[in-house]
Amino acid sequence: MSKRKVKETHMPVGECISQVQMILRERFCHQRLPEKPVGMESQHKHLLELLRRTAVHGESNSVLIVGPRGSGKTMLLNCVLRELLEVKDVNKNVLPVHLNGLLQTDDRIALKEITRQLNLENVVGDKVFGSFAENLAFLLEALKKGDRSSSRPVLFILDEFDLFAHHKNQTLLYNLLDVSQSAQAPVAVIGLTCRLDVLELLEKRVKSRFSHRQIHLLSSLSFIQYLDNVRSQLSLPQDFPDTNFYDEWNDDQSVVDVLQRHYNSSKDFRSLHLLLMLALSRVSASKPAIKPTDLLEASRVCMVDSKANILHGLSILELCLIIAMKHLNDIYEGEPFNFQMVHNEFKKFLQRKSHSIHNFDKPVVIKAFEHLQQLELIKSMDSSTAKIQKEYQLMKLLLDHSQIMEALQKYPQCPTDVKQWAIVPVLET
Amino acid sequence: MMEQCSYPSIFIYGHRATGKSHVIHTLLKELELPYATVSCVECVSVGLLFEQVLLPLFGSDSASLLSRSPSLSDFVRVYKQLCVQASAKQTRYIVLDRAELLRDMEANLLPAFLRLQELVEDNVTVILLSEIVWDKFRPNTGCFEPLLLHFPDYSKGELQQILSEDSHPSYSPELYSAFINILLGVFYSVCRDLRELRHLAALNFSKFIEPLEQGKVKESDTHKLWRNIEPHLKKAMQTVYLREVSSVQWEQQLQMEEKEAGAVRGLSAHAHVELPYYSKFLLIAAYLASYNPARTDKRFFLKHHGKIKNTNFLKKNEKPPPQISSLGTLQLLNQVGHDDQLDAPKYKCAVSLDFILAISRTVSFDMVKYLYDFL
Repeated sequence: MSKRKVKETHMPVGECISQVQMILRERFCHQRLPEKPVGMESQHKHLLELLRRTAVHGESNSVLIVGPRGSGKTMLLNCVLRELLEVKDVNKNVLPVHLNGLLQTDDRIALKEITRQLNLENVVGDKVFGSFAENLAFLLEALKKGDRSSSRPVLFILDEFDLFAHHKNQTLLYNLLDVSQSAQAPVAVIGLTCRLDVLELLEKRVKSRFSHRQIHLLSSLSFIQYLDNVRSQLSLPQDFPDTNFYDEWNDDQSVVDVLQRHYNSSKDFRSLHLLLMLALSRVSASKPAIKPTDLLEASRVCMVDSKANILHGLSILELCLIIAMKHLNDIYEGEPFNFQMVHNEFKKFLQRKSHSIHNFDKPVVIKAFEHLQQLELIKSMDSSTAKIQKEYQLMKLLLDHSQIMEALQKYPQCPTDVKQWAIVPVLET
Repeated sequence: MMEQCSYPSIFIYGHRATGKSHVIHTLLKELELPYATVSCVECVSVGLLFEQVLLPLFGSDSASLLSRSPSLSDFVRVYKQLCVQASAKQTRYIVLDRAELLRDMEANLLPAFLRLQELVEDNVTVILLSEIVWDKFRPNTGCFEPLLLHFPDYSKGELQQILSEDSHPSYSPELYSAFINILLGVFYSVCRDLRELRHLAALNFSKFIEPLEQGKVKESDTHKLWRNIEPHLKKAMQTVYLREVSSVQWEQQLQMEEKEAGAVRGLSAHAHVELPYYSKFLLIAAYLASYNPARTDKRFFLKHHGKIKNTNFLKKNEKPPPQISSLGTLQLLNQVGHDDQLDAPKYKCAVSLDFILAISRTVSFDMVKYLYDFL
């Protein structure tokens, strides 16, 4: 016991804090893989088994990993790959090829990327191929080891798989899956996508070559498990010499409420990391621990309505125009309006009920209206703007009733007659 | 945090002139972090965007590695290559100003930049600045959600403070503050954009201190100064604020006021459109034809001779007079109906009532008598 205590070194607070920041940031900014993915044991086993069969036994396979954004598809795959490459002879043989639907927007670009990642650029040289299939066959042929008859196993990892389905004729997908079905070379095609309906995007001939093996990552954490996760995310590893953070806020009810709210809106880790990142950024040498107030503040920043923030910064004239539009929406039940109608409604208010708003010229009001259009708080209904004069173009308001009323409450120094007008419209007499 | 990881993407939003790019750039410069800043307005093609990102981060020969019209795949590959040669422990920052324009470029650009850290496997953070809220950026199938930060707008007091810092060297700051107070009193309910207000302050200060220079009033006579400047500020709202006259014209106007005691000439755009005589009549005729119901035409025009025609006024092989097409180019008339009806084109008048009344006054034609809505 005492020996261990002597081993503990006490670092100065500043360095301690930077160590803590480094560890936690690596975790929250997704730069380091966790030791073991949480809550995905069966999927992990399944995928590992599949890839091992390709890498070691030369069996061709195809699989799709499907899950919403932030559910951990790439993380799962990377964990499995890490474990796979630890086996010695796998490491020497297997060739991973990473393709991304966002980057390789064309089959031609994809083929060049495959050539590059397999380090076969010299071999291909200036050869011209008749078709995609020929090219791919040539590449796989070139991977054959010296005296052996079978080529090295290749793992094709297709990120944003659904984007590949939008290419012309889906040639890349067709050819890759064709290779995985025929006995040409041991190939594993792993697709990652966020669309649950990805199979509907595939053509019939592509779909038939796919093995229809799907791994779903639908998070099934209960709230208690979620809390445990939060705790483990914020705790420091065992070999860290100094502090432990979480004891303080563990039992605080307000923190549990905040986390409950986050859990209700999204269970995935990504939004949790965002929240914790905001809380972490307040930690510094002068404030060494994460306090419950930090978490509350971070939550408030995450949950705020951005449009309300924008409404806060509008001028009074622009706010009056928005209130006029709200009344028009109430009267005409959401039918589109044009600038003239809004202006008339505004003038009704000015003539009868206003004491504080000056009667502005029409061009000034038009400028305010155009500013609202630039902020995309109102939108024109049709895209052709040339034919109709701008005062008569039909527009739609992109805010709803409650957002406007809430913004009015928070608006600084709002004149009372404007507030009254928002609640009670000026009626025709 | 310099040697440590940073969140892959940050989205900063707020009104114009709330200090977003200013604060970011000042921070990056003071902390001496490696960064590249690009304004998306300048990037008409993606190649320009990529070049402007690579040049500040990796030096001047880095852009030559990109091909002529690079794709995003090329950019990521080149970036990875350059990273290997020049690896840095510090986080690199890429600042994209006016990021709302990224939505109109290629569809893969925005999602790729949000997760650039993952794609290039380097410690890089992308900061997006915009005045439009994040909800309007999100692509259909979702993307990597950035950290959202809001830059709040300035309150009236804060605006007063900031604007007062521009004070003129030969006058006291209290005088300038009083001027700013008056300016805000006129403009604050219409416009809260710091840049516009600074511009207006700069243009009008000379007029404000005119009575002081002429020795008519003392500095402490704020009431008299206010009385002098207020009508000018109101006129500025109708003209310079709306950009109907340029700033140079406005300054000349302010100086000319001294000599011309009579009525102020209308500075609006209407006075600047000079049309030939017949074109004016054609325009008036077009307005009447467009806005009066067809059945009332007879009532108005039975006794009138043929200067005023109906929209379908062409005889079989006649070409429309060239004045019509020039009015069309000036966007005073809009063509309605299909383009293939070449021998009987239909037009519609596209001017407002004020404009046409002004025109008709110049030809001494009493338009109001002929307008159905005014009977």
